[in-house]
Amino acid sequence: MANIQIANVSKTYAGDIHAVKSVNIDIADGEFIVLVGPSGCGKSTLLRMIAGLETITSGTASIGGKIVNKVEPAERDIAMVFQNYALYPHMSVYANMAYGLKNRGTPKAEIDARVKEAVRMLELEPYLDRKPRALSGGQRQRVAMGRAIVRKPAAFLFDEPLSNLDAKLRVSMRGEIKQLQKRLGTTSLYVTHDQLEAMTLADRLVVLNRGEVEQIGTPLDVYHNPASTFVAGFIGSPAMNLVNVEITGQTIAFGDQTISVENRTLPQGKSTLGIRPEDLRLAQDGSGFAFHVDYIEELGAQRLVHGHASGTPLTVTLSSEVALPEDIRLSVLAEKLHFFSAETGKRITA
Amino acid sequence: MKRVQFSHPYLPYLFLLPQMAVIFIFFYWPSAQAIQSSFYLEDPFGFGSTFVGINNYTDILSSSEYMRIAWFTVWFTVLVTFFSLSIGLLLAVKADAILKGASAYKTLLISVYAVAPPVAGLIGVMFFDQHIGPFVKFAALFGWDMRIGINYYDTAIAMITIAVWKQIPYNFIFFLSGLQGIPVSVREASAIDCRSGLRRFWTITLPLLSPTAFFLLIINMTYALFDTFGIVDTTVKDKAANNPITLVYKVYMDGFRGNDLGGSSAQSVILMIVVFVLTIFQFRFLERRVHYN
Ligand SMILES: Nc1ncnc2c1ncn2[C@@H]1O[C@H](COP(=O)(O)OP(=O)(O)OP(=O)(O)O)[C@@H](O)[C@H]1O
Ligand SMILES: [Mg+2]
Repeated sequence: MANIQIANVSKTYAGDIHAVKSVNIDIADGEFIVLVGPSGCGKSTLLRMIAGLETITSGTASIGGKIVNKVEPAERDIAMVFQNYALYPHMSVYANMAYGLKNRGTPKAEIDARVKEAVRMLELEPYLDRKPRALSGGQRQRVAMGRAIVRKPAAFLFDEPLSNLDAKLRVSMRGEIKQLQKRLGTTSLYVTHDQLEAMTLADRLVVLNRGEVEQIGTPLDVYHNPASTFVAGFIGSPAMNLVNVEITGQTIAFGDQTISVENRTLPQGKSTLGIRPEDLRLAQDGSGFAFHVDYIEELGAQRLVHGHASGTPLTVTLSSEVALPEDIRLSVLAEKLHFFSAETGKRITA
Repeated sequence: MKRVQFSHPYLPYLFLLPQMAVIFIFFYWPSAQAIQSSFYLEDPFGFGSTFVGINNYTDILSSSEYMRIAWFTVWFTVLVTFFSLSIGLLLAVKADAILKGASAYKTLLISVYAVAPPVAGLIGVMFFDQHIGPFVKFAALFGWDMRIGINYYDTAIAMITIAVWKQIPYNFIFFLSGLQGIPVSVREASAIDCRSGLRRFWTITLPLLSPTAFFLLIINMTYALFDTFGIVDTTVKDKAANNPITLVYKVYMDGFRGNDLGGSSAQSVILMIVVFVLTIFQFRFLERRVHYN
């Protein structure tokens, strides 16, 4: 068990590619941190620098208070789970799990006990003697997990471990990983581009964009108080609506319509208004602003209504039990409005 | 798979004919001829032949000269195979470490090596030239008076070195592409699981290279046994008497120089049997340990 400190870590690849730019993250002992962001934002690069598979251009990474920049991967006391599992194809399931321990000189009896325990936890007993190629994707994923677990490392590093699985298996494995991590209490750093996976797994989220940290916080904190338009658009599905507005007094103007808001001080002048689809309501008796429906997605209990208001595209989540009137007018919840700087995209805190 | 229906039922056989003819003319027919003539004593001047049963075989197997050459061939094959495989592998591992990701560089390197073997063979022979060969001069610096074509061991060393030298590029290419075929993430996983690079090589890299290694083993043994004919010929320079030669070279000498067609045929039949047994052995016992992906 250990804490991990990432201090001012940058990575520059040959050809002046700045994959990671001065990242700072403090990970507490036993914490489950998820790195999330779009493809190419530098998540894997950051993780691999902590694993020791990539050199750190500048800054320091410490595990358990010890700077590991120059430490070999095998000596960092970490275990990694790869996207394509990276099992040793010529070894049985048992040998795959035992390999790391054997090389560290763990006594045979101890290895056996640890592998048996992991295998029981992961329900892999029937497959101990099989080679990886005789396993399904989900089983391989479990073996990869087992290989990490038996080591009892200071930290687990996961690089999109579920993205090769089908949707259903992904959800169940997600739950298993979360439970396992809670049970073992091992510090974990998990990379994914799937914001839902990130939300459900993380104790804290780190949202990365173009190699830079946009926001660090608990999933709910990030969801309710996104630090920038990027985070607002990335976290949450369907994505938050972003509208360019101009505010004078208590009136928000966009296109040729206005919204009046009470009980809240508003940032004056031009800004970007963010509002989640579930925070838009059907307005009663002619109040609110006009909204034109383009198409509707039925999700069962809810429906996603896609449309536009004064030329601005908007998505609204409505209960499917409510009948849609002929002329739709929408209203907003004042306390659920988010404002972002029109220039920098950063959150404006009133 | 695409199925083609031929309107004429014999047409496919007609297409197969050239290939079958080649195999027949260059393999089955000479083999049958060899087996047949190995039971005859051929008149050196071409005036008929006498059936002598297994006499040719007993003569060969009781000849101490033949046994000496057979032993040399065994050593020659083992040494050439061992050194060309291990040096080829070593170079491939070194190149692979540098090549990670640099694919343009890789193509360049491989294309250079692809044209190399014939040239390398020529250079190898020149290296050991008695008069201008740098290797001979180099040996002389240490007081080693190499007398290639005259001293048995000097000649043997030159022969083995040239044969190894010539085969290395071939092994290098195959090992390199084998190494490049090992998934990066598997190597990375092993880097996390095992500190010692040497140990990783033995426990991960080599087992994953085993299909390549097995293929090359067979190719290299066949090479050492048969394809080194030219090297033997240039090194011993027609003076086979006190020089090391391989069994294939002896087949040629006895058959074409000594005009002993019967004995020479019996020798080639023995060689055929040896290769046959060797191949069966390799596939039965070694291939089991090969991991195909
Ligand atoms: N070896 C390399 N050489 C040069 N550039 C690289 C190298 N590896 C990654 N990059 C670049 O660094 C950036 C970050 O890559 P990285 O693999 O960390 O992205 P990622 O966030 O993991 O994306 P994904 O979700 O697609 O896996 C990318 O722009 C990528 O092109
Ligand atoms: Mg990645």
